[in-house]
Amino acid sequence: MELLDNLTLGFVTAGHPWNLLFCLIGVILGTLIGVLPGIGATATIAMLLPLTFQLEPVSSLIMLAGIYYGAQYGGSTTAILINMPGESSSAVTAIDGYQMARKGRAGAALAIAAIGSFFAGTVSTVLVAVFAPPLTAVALQFGSAEYFSLMIVGLVSSIALAHGSVVKALGMVVLGLLLGLVGTDIYTGTPRFNLGILELSDGLNFVALAVGVFGIAEILRNLENEHDRDVMIKKVSNLWPTREDWKAMAAPILRGTAIGSALGILPGGGAILASFASYTVEKRISKTPKEFGKGAIAGVAGPESANNAGAQTSFIPMLTLGIPANPVMALMIGAMIIQGIVPGPNVATEQPALFWGIIASMWIGNLMLILLNLPMIGLWVKLLTIPYYMLFPAIIVFCSIGVYSVNSNVFDLYAVAFFGLLGYGLSKLRCEPAPLLLGFVLGPLLEEHLRRAMIMSRGDPTTFLTRPISLTLLILAAAVLVIVLLPSIRKKRDEVFVED
Amino acid sequence: MKSLTFSMRDLICGLFFIAVGLFFAIQAYGLDIGTAFKMGPGYFPLVLAGLLVIFGIIVIIQGTQVEHEPMGPIAWRGMLFILPAPILFGLTVRGLGFVPSLFLAGMLAAFASSKMRPGTALLLVGGLTLFSVIVFSYALGLPFRRFGPWLGQ
Repeated sequence: MELLDNLTLGFVTAGHPWNLLFCLIGVILGTLIGVLPGIGATATIAMLLPLTFQLEPVSSLIMLAGIYYGAQYGGSTTAILINMPGESSSAVTAIDGYQMARKGRAGAALAIAAIGSFFAGTVSTVLVAVFAPPLTAVALQFGSAEYFSLMIVGLVSSIALAHGSVVKALGMVVLGLLLGLVGTDIYTGTPRFNLGILELSDGLNFVALAVGVFGIAEILRNLENEHDRDVMIKKVSNLWPTREDWKAMAAPILRGTAIGSALGILPGGGAILASFASYTVEKRISKTPKEFGKGAIAGVAGPESANNAGAQTSFIPMLTLGIPANPVMALMIGAMIIQGIVPGPNVATEQPALFWGIIASMWIGNLMLILLNLPMIGLWVKLLTIPYYMLFPAIIVFCSIGVYSVNSNVFDLYAVAFFGLLGYGLSKLRCEPAPLLLGFVLGPLLEEHLRRAMIMSRGDPTTFLTRPISLTLLILAAAVLVIVLLPSIRKKRDEVFVED
Repeated sequence: MKSLTFSMRDLICGLFFIAVGLFFAIQAYGLDIGTAFKMGPGYFPLVLAGLLVIFGIIVIIQGTQVEHEPMGPIAWRGMLFILPAPILFGLTVRGLGFVPSLFLAGMLAAFASSKMRPGTALLLVGGLTLFSVIVFSYALGLPFRRFGPWLGQ
């Protein structure tokens, strides 16, 4: 069995003591930032990215992945205990999880979330292992036209996920693409858009941009009106769910896993969409829909399984195609490039230990999370009470060190301040940073494949429509765009995001 | 008849998109555009810049249709202390060295919160600096000079 051989290779790689250690560091760090207010997985990974250069590629990617799904666990803890989702993917968990906590069932809610997440993590790890190789095989057939169309799908999907105005999200994508083109034209070597600044001839620094628009801008938003978080639940007891709880959560966990796995694979999908979709489904098929919003177990079990499954399967497009499904995956691609690995279908064949090691580490990381987090819940509750003004100076300090250590270039630090201001200004204008970052990463690739495809077709733009895979992808992108623009669906989408 | 009013937020957003679009368009115009067959360095940016201008116009028009929401509070104090912190670090890290530069930047950032007291800030940032030096400079071995030439070292 090839699958078993591959998984064995993966577990041997991930089980190496050094890699286990980095996996552990990653998941603990992830839980920590998930619990702490005002810093998300994207900013943390951006900040730590430069510090992972010294590590082996596989260790660094295992750790960064651990931060990502660890943050999901931490985010649900705050959602349940203080009605404040630490990560946006746990926003729906707060609705029923917090109500459960208010009824004195915080322990059960946390356990249900953890068990659901672990089950979903296990299933989706297997799914990644099963689906990645055939997708890689398809991807190896891709020409420039297909890559171009695929990236269009990814960019359009990121718009569907943004809140508020679709046109603003489109604008953010285009702005990101343009910022990605700053530097030097790869075909002709012509410098462009660098304003005569020497430091810009290699393009804008990706880490500085990500840290600025996600990290710094987030701090400024939090400082607008500082308020203390009250932690109502001081002590969490009775972690183990009752027999009735098990019965109530089994089906939602299965459905949540299925929904999350499917939505995670879509470019632009991932954890956030998955958890919202699962909550909607559970509410619709429930025999007691009135329970929702008042502490329904299904309202915790379903979305928590879905967001974890979605987080895991969103690695599939990243690992097989080299196309990021969300900003975190964009950062992982950045990490690979810095380590000298060209992301794309060749990773699986040229670096099998890395590819399968990451997949296996996800399961190990999930196991670590459930073993560590439930007994350590008391510690996380204590951390919740740290006031914000004690935290943000640390974030600034670590951001500065992280960005400076990329190239030891002080210009990158000025860029952080600039992008922090830009990110904060854009958030005041209700423009979201995620489409901007995706556009920035994909900008140079999109242009390269567009130009190459046009040369191959001798200037005939119908090449994108006559190649079947490319056509299918473009139809998919058009469908997504039409759907988000339809008035009835826009209304629904606004309702869904209202909870956020 | 409803009178034509602009949402401040959307007006600023639209004008920003248009301004950035025009900037890139003007810059791209100075480059070789090429043809659809053989695109020059200016072709793709020019198309994108055009799109951004169009989106800017749509945002402004849409802004006349919706109810206007207030902009909410603006973190002036935050911007005043947070944004210069990485810049201060950048200006001094070569001269003063990693340790004093980090401490100064941290102290500056700490006062972005009105709740921060000088004593707390000193302890917090002092601890942070110590932690960073141990972890980043000694343990991870980042090649930063701990104390720089301005201090006579």
